[in-house]
Amino acid sequence: MHALSVRGLVKTYKNGVQALRGVDLDVEQGDFFAMLGPNGAGKSTLIGIVTSLVNKTAGKVSVFGHDMDTDLEAAKACIGVVPQELNLNLFETPETIVVNQAGFYGIPRKIARERAEKYLGKLSLWDRRDKMARSLSGGMKRRLMIARALVHEPRLLILDEPTAGVDIEIRRSMWEFLRELNASGTTIILTTHYLEEAESLCRNIAIIDGGRIAESDRMDRLLRKLHTESFVLTLRNPLARAPASAGYDIDLVDEHTLEVEVSKDRNLNDLFARLSADGIEVLSMRNKVNRLEEIFMRLVDKSGAGAAAAGGNGPDAVAARGVVQGAPHGHGGRHP
Amino acid sequence: MSVTAENAGAAGAAAPRHAVGHARWIGFRTIIVREYGRIIRIWGQTIVPSAVTATLYFVIFGSLIGRRVGQMGGFDYMQYIAPGLIMMSVITNSYANVVSSFFGAKFQRFLEEITVSPLPNWVIVSGYVGGGMVRGLLVGAVVTVVSLLFTHLQVHHWLAILAAVLLTSAVFALGGFINAVFAKNFDQVNWIPTFVLTPLTYFGGVFYSISLLPEWAQKLSVANPVLHMVNAFRYGFLGTSDVNVGLAFGIMALAAAALFAVAVGLMNRGIGMRD
Repeated sequence: MHALSVRGLVKTYKNGVQALRGVDLDVEQGDFFAMLGPNGAGKSTLIGIVTSLVNKTAGKVSVFGHDMDTDLEAAKACIGVVPQELNLNLFETPETIVVNQAGFYGIPRKIARERAEKYLGKLSLWDRRDKMARSLSGGMKRRLMIARALVHEPRLLILDEPTAGVDIEIRRSMWEFLRELNASGTTIILTTHYLEEAESLCRNIAIIDGGRIAESDRMDRLLRKLHTESFVLTLRNPLARAPASAGYDIDLVDEHTLEVEVSKDRNLNDLFARLSADGIEVLSMRNKVNRLEEIFMRLVDKSGAGAAAAGGNGPDAVAARGVVQGAPHGHGGRHP
Repeated sequence: MSVTAENAGAAGAAAPRHAVGHARWIGFRTIIVREYGRIIRIWGQTIVPSAVTATLYFVIFGSLIGRRVGQMGGFDYMQYIAPGLIMMSVITNSYANVVSSFFGAKFQRFLEEITVSPLPNWVIVSGYVGGGMVRGLLVGAVVTVVSLLFTHLQVHHWLAILAAVLLTSAVFALGGFINAVFAKNFDQVNWIPTFVLTPLTYFGGVFYSISLLPEWAQKLSVANPVLHMVNAFRYGFLGTSDVNVGLAFGIMALAAAALFAVAVGLMNRGIGMRD
């Protein structure tokens, strides 16, 4: 039995935008599953349908074997969701918000209070429990939404960009928290724009684009599909031009920085031997871009080209894709 | 951290019927408690205005103008309008609570807290309507106390008073719920109270007996549901009514049932929320 099973899911909004065009997806129990895609790809619509916040046009969704058409209450009881946008009552306190949420799931108030203390504590919010939610920082509000989603101890936790706008330190502590949660048996589905986050946390991945699954595989298998890797080398002495080296594509970024693209069948020893032979001393080296990001961009480019050839995905999706492709690439950075 | 699925809700397995019923009861109670907390938290907006308005009505229509009016339906004018003024506050507050609370939750998206939960839609509707009734009854009680400062209120039929106030607040709380489902902005939250509710209430026999009206106006007034509600309530206090009391209760019960079905139907279809 899958934690989540989606078959032939279609969503066409009233304005004619087809957000999902027949999505099939399975998420195993206990998995830590990444769902990636550019803005407007259909991720949030898919999550909206799974969490009953959006009506589907066609298709089937089941959660731990509970068909959402025939066994909705049991399916909903299995899910906890942390949405992309803040949806808190800002005039309530964190403790009230979490205790009330437990009440909506039928959990008696005494147990709800214990759980509120447990999860607000784990997310470092217990000392802010009696402050109005509007007084919390952005990162605190996100953590509050996670505590709220966990209070009924769901078997499937869906996080829609949970670390957006959260500083690096809190993001890392949230990763640790989510790892522990997953290790304790909770299936987690994560959408994120931080591809490093997906690569670091998730075992399986689906890339969604133009309302379709462009790729769905194990993370390690997907990463192996990338045949080349780019490195940024920082040099001790300035160079006037890039050294010519057969088998390697080397660019001079500035007089102290080289970018080298290395195919999987070449080794780095050979590269360093050649650089040493040319009298080039390397001080440090790092990956140019996140590997997952590289695959993501290739898949989205390919899928985008296909969609464009087929008439495109509608103005919103195409415009959104343009935004993602033009956006700076987070971790690893393009510039040294 | 360690997370277990020890609660029935998370287990997602088929729970016994009584456990499901208990979980729904907790959910319903949670909505009511949250609504009550909201009413009390903003008491200056929810309770005080109706008490002030009622006091003004009693001073102006009761003491100043009422003295010249003399008797109405065999009672002092002040005594005659008191049940109507109480009912007017119940109507406006039951409606206002649900329309503003539900629309606010929809607008700020924290309604999703409830709609992602396993609570069935009929429980969600019942919870919000119950919250509206709580405010209607609270404010009604405050206005009753205010009215006792100005006049004497006799009780003819307790059951009629209770049934009329409960059914009326339920009907208008449901009306507020449906308004909130369709509303897309705060203007649309105010349209119905301003352009529909207020005229219906003022022409609903709060301040006068329809026997004072010409025959065509009396016939027109009978089509106004508020007239039946006010008169059923007044009957409970004074034992007098412009309409058939049995018919009035029938209309109220039918309206409550029909509006409840409409509200649940709208929620099931996700109108204004999931489309």
